[in-house]
Amino acid sequence: MLSVSGVHTFYGNIEALRGVDVEVAEREIVTLIGANGAGKSTLLMTICGNPRATTGTITLNGEDITQRPTFEIVRMGVAQSPEGRRIFPRMTVEENLRMGAVTADPQYYDEDRARVFDLFPRLKERVEQRGGTLSGGEQQMLAIARALMSRPRLLLLDEPSLGLAPMVVKQIFEVIREINESQKMTVFLVEQNAFHALRLAHRGYVMVNGQITLTGSGDELLANPEVRAAYLEGGH
Amino acid sequence: MEYFVQQLINGLTLGAIYGLIAIGYTMVYGIIGMINFAHGEIFMIGAFTSLLTFLVLGAAGISWVPLALFLALAITMLLTPIYGWTLERVAYRPLRGSPRLAALITAIGMSIFLQNYVQLLQGARNKPMQPIIRGGFELMREGDFVVLLSYLQIFIILLTVGLMIVFTLIIHRTALGRAQRACEQDRGMAALVGINVDRTISLTFVMGAALASVAGFIFLINYGVIDFFIGFLAGIKAFTAAVLGGIGSLPGAMLGGFLIGLIEAFWSGYFTVEYKDVAAFGILVLVLIFRPTGLLGKPDIEKV
Ligand SMILES: Nc1ncnc2c1ncn2[C@@H]1O[C@H](COP(=O)(O)OP(=O)(O)OP(=O)(O)O)[C@@H](O)[C@H]1O
Ligand SMILES: [Mg+2]
Repeated sequence: MLSVSGVHTFYGNIEALRGVDVEVAEREIVTLIGANGAGKSTLLMTICGNPRATTGTITLNGEDITQRPTFEIVRMGVAQSPEGRRIFPRMTVEENLRMGAVTADPQYYDEDRARVFDLFPRLKERVEQRGGTLSGGEQQMLAIARALMSRPRLLLLDEPSLGLAPMVVKQIFEVIREINESQKMTVFLVEQNAFHALRLAHRGYVMVNGQITLTGSGDELLANPEVRAAYLEGGH
Repeated sequence: MEYFVQQLINGLTLGAIYGLIAIGYTMVYGIIGMINFAHGEIFMIGAFTSLLTFLVLGAAGISWVPLALFLALAITMLLTPIYGWTLERVAYRPLRGSPRLAALITAIGMSIFLQNYVQLLQGARNKPMQPIIRGGFELMREGDFVVLLSYLQIFIILLTVGLMIVFTLIIHRTALGRAQRACEQDRGMAALVGINVDRTISLTFVMGAALASVAGFIFLINYGVIDFFIGFLAGIKAFTAAVLGGIGSLPGAMLGGFLIGLIEAFWSGYFTVEYKDVAAFGILVLVLIFRPTGLLGKPDIEKV
Protein backbone atom coordinates (compact mmCIF):
# COMPACT_ATOMS: atom_id res chain seq x y z
CA MET A 1 0.00 0.00 0.00
CA LEU A 2 2.85 2.37 0.86
CA SER A 3 6.06 2.30 -1.07
CA VAL A 4 9.03 4.56 -0.39
CA SER A 5 11.92 4.21 -2.76
CA GLY A 6 15.25 5.97 -2.93
CA VAL A 7 14.02 8.90 -0.86
CA HIS A 8 16.39 11.67 0.13
CA THR A 9 15.25 14.52 2.37
CA PHE A 10 17.18 17.61 3.32
CA TYR A 11 16.84 20.23 6.03
CA GLY A 12 18.86 22.99 4.46
CA ASN A 13 22.24 21.35 3.96
CA ILE A 14 21.63 18.51 6.35
CA GLU A 15 20.73 15.31 4.59
CA ALA A 16 18.34 13.62 7.00
CA LEU A 17 17.25 10.76 4.73
CA ARG A 18 19.86 9.24 2.46
CA GLY A 19 18.11 6.93 0.07
CA VAL A 20 15.40 5.21 2.05
CA ASP A 21 13.42 2.23 0.75
CA VAL A 22 10.45 1.02 2.74
CA GLU A 23 7.45 -1.09 1.76
CA VAL A 24 4.32 -1.43 3.82
CA ALA A 25 1.71 -3.86 2.57
CA GLU A 26 -2.02 -3.59 3.08
CA ARG A 27 -3.09 -4.61 6.63
CA GLU A 28 0.47 -4.91 7.88
CA ILE A 29 1.92 -3.51 11.08
CA VAL A 30 5.44 -2.34 10.35
CA THR A 31 7.79 -0.92 12.93
CA LEU A 32 10.72 1.40 12.34
CA ILE A 33 13.37 1.55 15.02
CA GLY A 34 16.58 3.53 15.21
CA ALA A 35 18.69 5.74 17.43
CA ASN A 36 17.93 9.37 18.20
CA GLY A 37 18.44 11.52 15.15
CA ALA A 38 18.41 8.58 12.74
CA GLY A 39 15.68 10.18 10.64
CA LYS A 40 12.60 8.22 11.71
CA SER A 41 10.34 11.18 12.29
CA THR A 42 11.64 12.76 9.12
CA LEU A 43 10.56 9.70 7.18
CA LEU A 44 7.02 9.82 8.59
CA MET A 45 6.76 13.51 7.82
CA THR A 46 8.23 13.09 4.34
CA ILE A 47 5.53 10.51 3.60
CA CYS A 48 3.04 13.29 4.36
CA GLY A 49 4.86 15.74 2.13
CA ASN A 50 6.39 18.05 4.73
CA PRO A 51 9.35 18.24 4.31
CA ARG A 52 9.37 17.05 0.74
CA ALA A 53 11.60 14.34 -0.62
CA THR A 54 14.21 15.94 -2.87
CA THR A 55 14.72 12.73 -4.83
CA GLY A 56 13.03 9.36 -4.87
CA THR A 57 9.35 8.46 -5.05
CA ILE A 58 6.62 7.71 -2.57
CA THR A 59 3.53 5.93 -3.76
CA LEU A 60 0.30 5.23 -1.94
CA ASN A 61 -1.86 2.47 -3.42
CA GLY A 62 0.14 2.80 -6.60
CA GLU A 63 -0.39 6.56 -6.87
CA ASP A 64 2.65 8.83 -6.84
CA ILE A 65 2.23 11.21 -3.91
CA THR A 66 5.78 12.54 -3.73
CA GLN A 67 4.80 16.05 -4.79
CA ARG A 68 1.23 16.09 -3.51
CA PRO A 69 0.22 18.74 -0.98
CA THR A 70 -0.01 17.40 2.57
CA PHE A 71 -3.77 17.82 2.91
CA GLU A 72 -4.37 15.82 -0.27
CA ILE A 73 -2.19 12.97 0.97
CA VAL A 74 -4.14 12.98 4.22
CA ARG A 75 -7.41 12.95 2.32
CA MET A 76 -6.26 9.78 0.58
CA GLY A 77 -6.57 8.04 3.93
CA VAL A 78 -3.34 8.72 5.80
CA ALA A 79 -3.32 9.90 9.41
CA GLN A 80 -0.35 10.70 11.58
CA SER A 81 0.15 11.05 15.28
CA PRO A 82 3.30 13.12 14.94
CA GLU A 83 6.40 13.58 17.03
CA GLY A 84 5.78 16.10 19.78
CA ARG A 85 2.05 15.25 19.71
CA ARG A 86 1.12 18.65 18.34
CA ILE A 87 -2.23 18.93 20.02
CA PHE A 88 -4.03 22.16 19.14
CA PRO A 89 -3.34 23.89 22.45
CA ARG A 90 -6.22 26.36 22.54
CA MET A 91 -8.83 23.87 21.43
CA THR A 92 -10.70 21.59 23.75
CA VAL A 93 -10.29 17.82 23.66
CA GLU A 94 -13.59 17.64 21.79
CA GLU A 95 -12.47 20.17 19.20
CA ASN A 96 -9.17 18.36 18.75
CA LEU A 97 -11.12 15.21 17.98
CA ARG A 98 -13.25 17.15 15.54
CA MET A 99 -10.09 18.32 13.82
CA GLY A 100 -9.04 14.70 13.51
CA ALA A 101 -12.35 13.97 11.81
CA VAL A 102 -12.05 16.78 9.25
CA THR A 103 -11.64 14.33 6.40
CA ALA A 104 -14.08 11.73 7.75
CA ASP A 105 -17.72 11.24 6.91
CA PRO A 106 -19.61 13.22 9.62
CA GLN A 107 -22.13 10.42 10.03
CA TYR A 108 -19.51 8.33 11.83
CA TYR A 109 -18.46 11.08 14.20
CA ASP A 110 -20.45 10.01 17.25
CA GLU A 111 -19.57 6.38 16.82
CA ASP A 112 -15.85 7.08 16.39
CA ARG A 113 -15.85 9.48 19.28
CA ALA A 114 -17.43 6.87 21.52
CA ARG A 115 -14.83 4.37 20.35
CA VAL A 116 -11.81 6.52 21.21
CA PHE A 117 -13.39 7.35 24.56
CA ASP A 118 -13.64 3.62 25.17
CA LEU A 119 -9.95 3.33 24.42
CA PHE A 120 -9.01 6.35 26.49
CA PRO A 121 -11.61 6.95 29.23
CA ARG A 122 -9.36 9.67 30.57
CA LEU A 123 -10.08 11.80 27.55
CA LYS A 124 -13.78 11.44 28.12
CA GLU A 125 -13.48 12.96 31.57
CA ARG A 126 -11.73 15.91 30.01
CA VAL A 127 -13.72 16.70 26.87
CA GLU A 128 -14.00 20.38 27.68
CA GLN A 129 -10.42 20.86 28.83
CA ARG A 130 -8.09 22.74 26.53
CA GLY A 131 -5.47 20.62 24.80
CA GLY A 132 -2.56 22.74 25.98
CA THR A 133 -3.39 22.10 29.62
CA LEU A 134 -3.50 18.31 29.38
CA SER A 135 -0.68 16.32 30.91
CA GLY A 136 1.93 14.92 28.55
CA GLY A 137 0.47 11.43 28.66
CA GLU A 138 -3.06 12.72 28.12
CA GLN A 139 -1.82 14.68 25.13
CA GLN A 140 -0.29 11.52 23.74
CA MET A 141 -3.61 9.73 24.10
CA LEU A 142 -5.35 12.62 22.40
CA ALA A 143 -2.86 12.64 19.53
CA ILE A 144 -3.53 8.96 18.86
CA ALA A 145 -7.27 9.41 19.29
CA ARG A 146 -7.25 12.35 16.89
CA ALA A 147 -5.43 10.29 14.29
CA LEU A 148 -7.98 7.50 14.66
CA MET A 149 -10.90 9.89 14.17
CA SER A 150 -10.22 10.13 10.44
CA ARG A 151 -10.70 6.37 9.96
CA PRO A 152 -7.36 6.18 8.18
CA ARG A 153 -6.37 3.33 5.93
CA LEU A 154 -2.75 4.01 6.78
CA LEU A 155 -1.95 5.08 10.32
CA LEU A 156 1.47 6.61 11.01
CA LEU A 157 2.46 6.66 14.67
CA ASP A 158 5.56 8.46 15.89
CA GLU A 159 6.53 7.00 19.27
CA PRO A 160 3.00 6.37 20.52
CA SER A 161 4.30 5.04 23.84
CA LEU A 162 6.29 8.16 24.67
CA GLY A 163 5.51 9.50 28.10
CA LEU A 164 2.90 6.90 28.92
CA ALA A 165 2.78 4.63 31.94
CA PRO A 166 3.70 0.97 31.18
CA MET A 167 0.08 -0.09 31.70
CA VAL A 168 -1.11 2.43 29.15
CA VAL A 169 1.64 1.48 26.72
CA LYS A 170 0.53 -2.11 26.85
CA GLN A 171 -3.00 -1.01 26.32
CA ILE A 172 -2.07 1.15 23.35
CA PHE A 173 -0.21 -1.67 21.65
CA GLU A 174 -3.23 -3.87 22.17
CA VAL A 175 -5.41 -1.21 20.66
CA ILE A 176 -3.13 -0.97 17.64
CA ARG A 177 -3.30 -4.69 17.10
CA GLU A 178 -7.04 -4.65 17.59
CA ILE A 179 -7.77 -1.92 15.05
CA ASN A 180 -5.31 -3.44 12.64
CA GLU A 181 -7.25 -6.69 12.71
CA SER A 182 -10.82 -5.51 13.04
CA GLN A 183 -10.65 -2.46 10.81
CA LYS A 184 -8.09 -3.57 8.27
CA MET A 185 -6.00 -0.58 9.18
CA THR A 186 -2.40 -0.57 8.02
CA VAL A 187 0.01 0.72 10.65
CA PHE A 188 3.52 2.10 10.26
CA LEU A 189 5.02 3.04 13.58
CA VAL A 190 8.22 4.45 14.94
CA GLU A 191 9.22 3.29 18.40
CA GLN A 192 11.95 3.61 20.99
CA ASN A 193 10.20 0.89 22.89
CA ALA A 194 11.71 -1.61 20.46
CA PHE A 195 10.85 -4.80 22.30
CA HIS A 196 7.11 -4.24 22.47
CA ALA A 197 6.99 -2.68 19.04
CA LEU A 198 8.79 -5.53 17.32
CA ARG A 199 6.64 -8.08 19.08
CA LEU A 200 3.59 -6.30 17.84
CA ALA A 201 4.80 -5.78 14.29
CA HIS A 202 4.65 -8.17 11.38
CA ARG A 203 7.85 -6.68 10.04
CA GLY A 204 10.40 -4.12 11.05
CA TYR A 205 13.09 -1.84 9.70
CA VAL A 206 16.18 -0.50 11.41
CA MET A 207 17.36 2.95 10.47
CA VAL A 208 20.85 4.30 11.04
CA ASN A 209 21.91 7.76 9.93
CA GLY A 210 19.17 8.25 7.40
CA GLN A 211 19.48 4.81 5.84
CA ILE A 212 17.75 1.49 6.32
CA THR A 213 20.36 -1.01 7.47
CA LEU A 214 18.28 -4.02 8.43
CA THR A 215 14.88 -5.43 7.76
CA GLY A 216 13.01 -8.58 8.63
CA SER A 217 10.07 -9.99 10.47
CA GLY A 218 9.51 -8.74 14.00
CA ASP A 219 10.78 -11.98 15.47
CA GLU A 220 13.86 -12.05 13.24
CA LEU A 221 14.84 -8.58 14.33
CA LEU A 222 14.19 -9.41 17.95
CA ALA A 223 16.55 -12.35 17.62
CA ASN A 224 19.19 -10.41 15.72
CA PRO A 225 22.29 -9.86 17.91
CA GLU A 226 23.01 -6.41 16.43
CA VAL A 227 19.50 -5.26 17.16
CA ARG A 228 19.65 -6.75 20.63
CA ALA A 229 22.91 -4.98 21.36
CA ALA A 230 21.87 -1.62 19.99
CA TYR A 231 18.18 -1.33 20.81
CA LEU A 232 17.23 -3.95 23.35
CA GLU A 233 20.13 -3.80 25.74
CA GLY A 234 18.97 -3.77 29.29
CA GLY A 235 16.05 -5.85 28.16
CA HIS A 236 12.44 -5.15 28.51
CA MET B 1 -24.57 64.68 31.16
CA GLU B 2 -26.29 65.42 27.86
CA TYR B 3 -23.02 66.24 26.24
CA PHE B 4 -21.55 63.05 27.63
CA VAL B 5 -24.31 60.93 26.13
CA GLN B 6 -23.87 62.61 22.76
CA GLN B 7 -20.14 61.88 22.73
CA LEU B 8 -20.84 58.32 23.81
CA ILE B 9 -23.11 57.82 20.80
CA ASN B 10 -20.60 59.40 18.45
CA GLY B 11 -17.78 57.34 19.90
CA LEU B 12 -19.65 54.09 19.47
CA THR B 13 -20.35 54.88 15.83
CA LEU B 14 -16.72 55.62 15.19
CA GLY B 15 -15.71 52.58 17.21
CA ALA B 16 -17.89 50.37 15.03
CA ILE B 17 -15.80 51.36 12.02
CA TYR B 18 -12.48 50.76 13.78
CA GLY B 19 -13.67 47.50 15.28
CA LEU B 20 -14.78 46.06 11.96
CA ILE B 21 -11.45 46.91 10.35
CA ALA B 22 -9.46 45.71 13.36
CA ILE B 23 -10.91 42.21 13.07
CA GLY B 24 -9.22 41.80 9.69
CA TYR B 25 -5.85 42.87 11.08
CA THR B 26 -6.08 40.56 14.02
CA MET B 27 -7.25 37.52 12.05
CA VAL B 28 -4.56 37.81 9.42
CA TYR B 29 -1.97 38.35 12.10
CA GLY B 30 -3.25 35.32 13.97
CA ILE B 31 -3.15 33.01 11.01
CA ILE B 32 0.03 34.03 9.15
CA GLY B 33 1.75 36.29 11.64
CA MET B 34 1.95 39.32 9.40
CA ILE B 35 0.56 42.83 9.67
CA ASN B 36 -1.41 43.37 6.49
CA PHE B 37 -0.74 47.08 6.11
CA ALA B 38 -2.85 47.21 2.97
CA HIS B 39 -5.94 46.31 4.99
CA GLY B 40 -6.89 49.98 5.49
CA GLU B 41 -6.98 50.29 1.71
CA ILE B 42 -9.49 47.46 1.53
CA PHE B 43 -11.70 49.52 3.81
CA MET B 44 -11.27 52.50 1.47
CA ILE B 45 -12.12 50.35 -1.56
CA GLY B 46 -15.19 49.14 0.32
CA ALA B 47 -16.30 52.76 0.74
CA PHE B 48 -15.81 53.42 -2.98
CA THR B 49 -17.58 50.22 -3.96
CA SER B 50 -20.52 51.29 -1.79
CA LEU B 51 -20.58 54.73 -3.36
CA LEU B 52 -20.54 53.35 -6.88
CA THR B 53 -23.21 50.83 -6.00
CA PHE B 54 -25.43 53.57 -4.59
CA LEU B 55 -24.91 55.56 -7.79
CA VAL B 56 -25.80 52.59 -9.96
CA LEU B 57 -28.83 51.80 -7.79
CA GLY B 58 -29.90 55.43 -8.02
CA ALA B 59 -29.55 55.39 -11.79
CA ALA B 60 -31.54 52.17 -11.90
CA GLY B 61 -34.31 53.91 -10.02
CA ILE B 62 -34.11 51.88 -6.85
CA SER B 63 -34.94 54.53 -4.31
CA TRP B 64 -36.69 52.68 -1.51
CA VAL B 65 -34.14 53.22 1.25
CA PRO B 66 -34.17 49.81 2.97
CA LEU B 67 -33.75 48.03 -0.35
CA ALA B 68 -31.04 50.38 -1.54
CA LEU B 69 -29.16 49.94 1.75
CA PHE B 70 -29.48 46.20 1.66
CA LEU B 71 -28.36 45.89 -1.95
CA ALA B 72 -25.47 48.31 -1.54
CA LEU B 73 -24.27 46.46 1.54
CA ALA B 74 -24.61 43.05 -0.07
CA ILE B 75 -22.83 44.08 -3.27
CA THR B 76 -20.07 45.80 -1.32
CA MET B 77 -19.53 42.71 0.82
CA LEU B 78 -19.46 40.59 -2.30
CA LEU B 79 -17.13 42.68 -4.47
CA THR B 80 -14.62 44.12 -2.03
CA PRO B 81 -13.34 40.75 -0.78
CA ILE B 82 -12.15 40.04 -4.32
CA TYR B 83 -9.47 42.62 -3.61
CA GLY B 84 -8.58 40.99 -0.31
CA TRP B 85 -8.38 37.59 -1.97
CA THR B 86 -6.27 38.87 -4.88
CA LEU B 87 -3.96 40.73 -2.53
CA GLU B 88 -3.16 37.54 -0.67
CA ARG B 89 -2.83 35.42 -3.81
CA VAL B 90 -0.67 37.83 -5.78
CA ALA B 91 1.37 39.64 -3.17
CA TYR B 92 1.58 37.59 0.02
CA ARG B 93 1.35 33.92 -0.86
CA PRO B 94 4.50 33.87 -2.97
CA LEU B 95 6.35 35.31 0.02
CA ARG B 96 5.15 32.79 2.54
CA GLY B 97 8.15 31.35 4.30
CA SER B 98 10.38 34.30 3.41
CA PRO B 99 11.57 36.76 6.07
CA ARG B 100 8.90 38.84 7.76
CA LEU B 101 10.44 42.05 6.57
CA ALA B 102 9.81 41.07 2.95
CA ALA B 103 6.12 40.55 3.63
CA LEU B 104 5.90 43.78 5.59
CA ILE B 105 7.49 45.84 2.83
CA THR B 106 5.26 44.17 0.26
CA ALA B 107 2.22 45.05 2.35
CA ILE B 108 3.25 48.70 2.49
CA GLY B 109 3.88 48.59 -1.26
CA MET B 110 0.44 47.12 -1.88
CA SER B 111 -1.09 49.81 0.30
CA ILE B 112 0.48 52.55 -1.81
CA PHE B 113 -0.45 50.71 -4.98
CA LEU B 114 -4.11 50.42 -4.01
CA GLN B 115 -4.28 54.10 -3.05
CA ASN B 116 -2.89 55.10 -6.41
CA TYR B 117 -5.12 52.66 -8.19
CA VAL B 118 -8.23 54.24 -6.72
CA GLN B 119 -6.84 57.73 -7.22
CA LEU B 120 -6.30 56.99 -10.90
CA LEU B 121 -9.70 55.42 -11.41
CA GLN B 122 -11.74 57.80 -9.28
CA GLY B 123 -9.72 60.97 -9.14
CA ALA B 124 -8.19 62.67 -6.13
CA ARG B 125 -11.11 64.88 -5.25
CA ASN B 126 -13.56 64.25 -2.42
CA LYS B 127 -16.59 62.21 -3.35
CA PRO B 128 -19.70 63.40 -1.56
CA MET B 129 -22.91 61.48 -1.11
CA GLN B 130 -26.35 62.65 -0.06
CA PRO B 131 -27.38 61.40 3.37
CA ILE B 132 -29.46 58.32 2.84
CA ILE B 133 -30.87 57.79 6.31
CA ARG B 134 -32.28 60.92 7.88
CA GLY B 135 -33.93 61.79 11.14
CA GLY B 136 -33.68 60.34 14.60
CA PHE B 137 -34.80 60.56 18.20
CA GLU B 138 -34.33 63.42 20.47
CA LEU B 139 -33.00 61.59 23.52
CA MET B 140 -32.59 64.50 25.92
CA ARG B 141 -32.66 68.20 25.86
CA GLU B 142 -31.13 70.78 28.12
CA GLY B 143 -31.70 74.34 27.11
CA ASP B 144 -30.41 74.59 23.57
CA PHE B 145 -28.47 71.38 23.67
CA VAL B 146 -30.23 68.40 22.15
CA VAL B 147 -28.92 64.87 22.36
CA LEU B 148 -29.69 63.23 19.07
CA LEU B 149 -29.70 59.54 18.41
CA SER B 150 -30.12 59.32 14.67
CA TYR B 151 -31.70 56.39 12.88
CA LEU B 152 -28.41 56.19 11.04
CA GLN B 153 -26.49 55.61 14.26
CA ILE B 154 -28.97 53.00 15.42
CA PHE B 155 -28.60 51.26 12.08
CA ILE B 156 -24.81 51.36 12.30
CA ILE B 157 -24.62 49.99 15.83
CA LEU B 158 -27.12 47.21 15.13
CA LEU B 159 -25.39 46.27 11.90
CA THR B 160 -21.98 46.16 13.55
CA VAL B 161 -23.03 44.26 16.62
CA GLY B 162 -25.04 41.84 14.46
CA LEU B 163 -22.07 41.19 12.20
CA MET B 164 -19.73 40.72 15.13
CA ILE B 165 -22.09 38.13 16.61
CA VAL B 166 -22.45 36.25 13.33
CA PHE B 167 -18.74 36.39 12.84
CA THR B 168 -17.95 35.13 16.33
CA LEU B 169 -20.34 32.24 15.75
CA ILE B 170 -18.59 31.38 12.49
CA ILE B 171 -15.22 31.26 14.23
CA HIS B 172 -16.44 29.21 17.18
CA ARG B 173 -19.08 26.94 15.75
CA THR B 174 -18.37 26.15 12.13
CA ALA B 175 -15.91 23.86 10.39
CA LEU B 176 -14.37 26.86 8.65
CA GLY B 177 -13.87 28.62 11.96
CA ARG B 178 -12.25 25.54 13.48
CA ALA B 179 -9.98 25.25 10.45
CA GLN B 180 -8.97 28.87 10.89
CA ARG B 181 -8.19 28.39 14.55
CA ALA B 182 -6.26 25.22 13.78
CA CYS B 183 -4.15 27.04 11.19
CA GLU B 184 -3.57 29.81 13.68
CA GLN B 185 -2.36 27.38 16.35
CA ASP B 186 -0.27 24.99 14.25
CA ARG B 187 -0.33 25.31 10.49
CA GLY B 188 1.69 22.17 9.85
CA MET B 189 -0.56 20.07 12.04
CA ALA B 190 -3.65 21.58 10.43
CA ALA B 191 -2.39 20.31 7.07
CA LEU B 192 -1.69 16.96 8.71
CA VAL B 193 -5.34 16.51 9.65
CA GLY B 194 -6.36 17.29 6.09
CA ILE B 195 -7.05 21.02 6.11
CA ASN B 196 -6.29 22.96 2.96
CA VAL B 197 -4.21 25.63 4.65
CA ASP B 198 -3.85 27.88 1.60
CA ARG B 199 -7.58 27.92 1.07
CA THR B 200 -8.20 28.66 4.74
CA ILE B 201 -5.79 31.59 4.62
CA SER B 202 -7.51 32.89 1.48
CA LEU B 203 -10.87 32.70 3.20
CA THR B 204 -9.47 34.57 6.16
CA PHE B 205 -8.50 37.44 3.89
CA VAL B 206 -11.93 37.29 2.29
CA MET B 207 -13.70 37.45 5.65
CA GLY B 208 -11.48 40.26 6.90
CA ALA B 209 -12.09 42.20 3.69
CA ALA B 210 -15.84 41.67 3.92
CA LEU B 211 -15.90 43.20 7.41
CA ALA B 212 -13.60 46.06 6.38
CA SER B 213 -15.87 46.73 3.42
CA VAL B 214 -18.81 47.08 5.80
CA ALA B 215 -16.74 49.59 7.74
CA GLY B 216 -16.23 51.46 4.44
CA PHE B 217 -19.95 51.34 3.79
CA ILE B 218 -20.63 52.74 7.26
CA PHE B 219 -18.02 55.44 6.82
CA LEU B 220 -19.68 56.51 3.59
CA ILE B 221 -23.23 56.71 4.86
CA ASN B 222 -22.16 58.25 8.15
CA TYR B 223 -19.77 60.94 6.97
CA GLY B 224 -21.08 61.33 3.44
CA VAL B 225 -17.73 62.11 1.91
CA ILE B 226 -14.80 59.86 0.98
CA ASP B 227 -11.52 60.08 -0.87
CA PHE B 228 -8.76 57.69 -1.82
CA PHE B 229 -6.76 58.52 1.29
CA ILE B 230 -9.28 57.57 4.03
CA GLY B 231 -7.77 54.11 4.38
CA PHE B 232 -4.54 55.41 5.80
CA LEU B 233 -5.61 56.95 9.08
CA ALA B 234 -8.54 54.57 9.62
CA GLY B 235 -6.16 51.69 8.97
CA ILE B 236 -3.66 52.92 11.53
CA LYS B 237 -6.39 53.53 14.10
CA ALA B 238 -7.85 50.10 13.54
CA PHE B 239 -4.42 48.54 13.81
CA THR B 240 -3.97 50.42 17.07
CA ALA B 241 -7.32 49.04 18.19
CA ALA B 242 -6.19 45.51 17.36
CA VAL B 243 -2.98 45.94 19.35
CA LEU B 244 -4.82 47.60 22.21
CA GLY B 245 -7.25 44.70 22.45
CA GLY B 246 -4.44 42.17 22.07
CA ILE B 247 -3.38 41.30 18.53
CA GLY B 248 -4.66 37.90 17.54
CA SER B 249 -7.67 38.16 19.83
CA LEU B 250 -11.04 38.65 18.13
CA PRO B 251 -12.99 40.00 21.08
CA GLY B 252 -9.93 42.13 21.71
CA ALA B 253 -10.17 43.69 18.26
CA MET B 254 -13.85 44.53 18.77
CA LEU B 255 -13.27 45.93 22.24
CA GLY B 256 -10.19 47.84 21.06
CA GLY B 257 -12.15 49.34 18.19
CA PHE B 258 -14.90 50.65 20.42
CA LEU B 259 -12.38 51.94 22.97
CA ILE B 260 -10.39 53.87 20.38
CA GLY B 261 -13.63 55.31 18.99
CA LEU B 262 -14.75 56.39 22.45
CA ILE B 263 -11.38 57.85 23.39
CA GLU B 264 -11.38 59.90 20.23
CA ALA B 265 -14.91 61.13 20.68
CA PHE B 266 -14.45 62.09 24.32
CA TRP B 267 -11.11 63.69 23.76
CA SER B 268 -12.48 65.78 20.92
CA GLY B 269 -15.54 66.60 22.97
CA TYR B 270 -13.85 67.64 26.19
CA PHE B 271 -10.35 68.68 25.16
CA THR B 272 -9.24 69.53 21.67
CA VAL B 273 -9.94 67.96 18.34
CA GLU B 274 -6.36 68.46 17.21
CA TYR B 275 -4.88 66.02 19.66
CA LYS B 276 -7.45 63.23 19.40
CA ASP B 277 -5.06 60.97 17.49
CA VAL B 278 -2.33 61.58 20.01
CA ALA B 279 -4.76 60.62 22.77
CA ALA B 280 -5.61 57.31 21.12
CA PHE B 281 -1.97 56.41 20.55
CA GLY B 282 -1.01 57.65 24.02
CA ILE B 283 -3.49 55.32 25.66
CA LEU B 284 -2.17 52.49 23.53
CA VAL B 285 1.34 53.12 24.79
CA LEU B 286 0.12 53.22 28.38
CA VAL B 287 -1.79 49.98 28.06
CA LEU B 288 1.15 48.24 26.43
CA ILE B 289 3.46 49.31 29.23
CA PHE B 290 1.26 47.63 31.81
CA ARG B 291 -0.14 44.84 29.65
CA PRO B 292 2.28 44.08 26.82
CA THR B 293 -0.11 41.54 25.29
CA GLY B 294 -2.97 44.04 25.06
CA LEU B 295 -6.20 44.05 27.01
CA LEU B 296 -7.51 40.61 26.06
CA GLY B 297 -4.40 39.01 24.61
CA LYS B 298 -3.12 36.26 26.85
CA PRO B 299 0.34 34.87 27.03
CA ASP B 300 -0.15 31.23 26.23
CA ILE B 301 -0.27 28.56 28.82
CA GLU B 302 0.94 25.70 26.76
CA LYS B 303 2.59 22.42 27.34
CA VAL B 304 4.06 21.21 24.10
N1 LIG C 1 13.48 21.06 11.25
C1 LIG C 1 14.73 20.59 11.21
N2 LIG C 1 15.73 21.41 10.81
C2 LIG C 1 17.02 20.95 10.74
N3 LIG C 1 17.37 19.70 11.05
C3 LIG C 1 16.41 18.86 11.46
C4 LIG C 1 15.04 19.26 11.56
N4 LIG C 1 14.32 18.21 11.97
C5 LIG C 1 15.19 17.20 12.15
N5 LIG C 1 16.44 17.58 11.83
C6 LIG C 1 17.65 16.74 11.87
O1 LIG C 1 17.42 15.61 11.04
C7 LIG C 1 17.94 14.45 11.66
C8 LIG C 1 16.84 13.41 11.78
O2 LIG C 1 15.89 13.87 12.71
P1 LIG C 1 14.59 13.04 13.09
O3 LIG C 1 13.75 13.91 13.93
O4 LIG C 1 14.00 12.50 11.86
O5 LIG C 1 15.21 11.88 13.97
P2 LIG C 1 14.48 10.71 14.75
O6 LIG C 1 15.01 9.44 14.21
O7 LIG C 1 13.02 10.89 14.74
O8 LIG C 1 15.04 10.93 16.23
P3 LIG C 1 14.32 10.73 17.66
O9 LIG C 1 14.37 9.29 17.99
O10 LIG C 1 15.21 11.50 18.59
O11 LIG C 1 12.96 11.29 17.57
C9 LIG C 1 18.52 14.88 12.97
O12 LIG C 1 19.91 15.00 12.82
C10 LIG C 1 17.90 16.21 13.25
O13 LIG C 1 18.78 17.05 13.95
MG1 LIG D 1 11.65 11.32 16.15
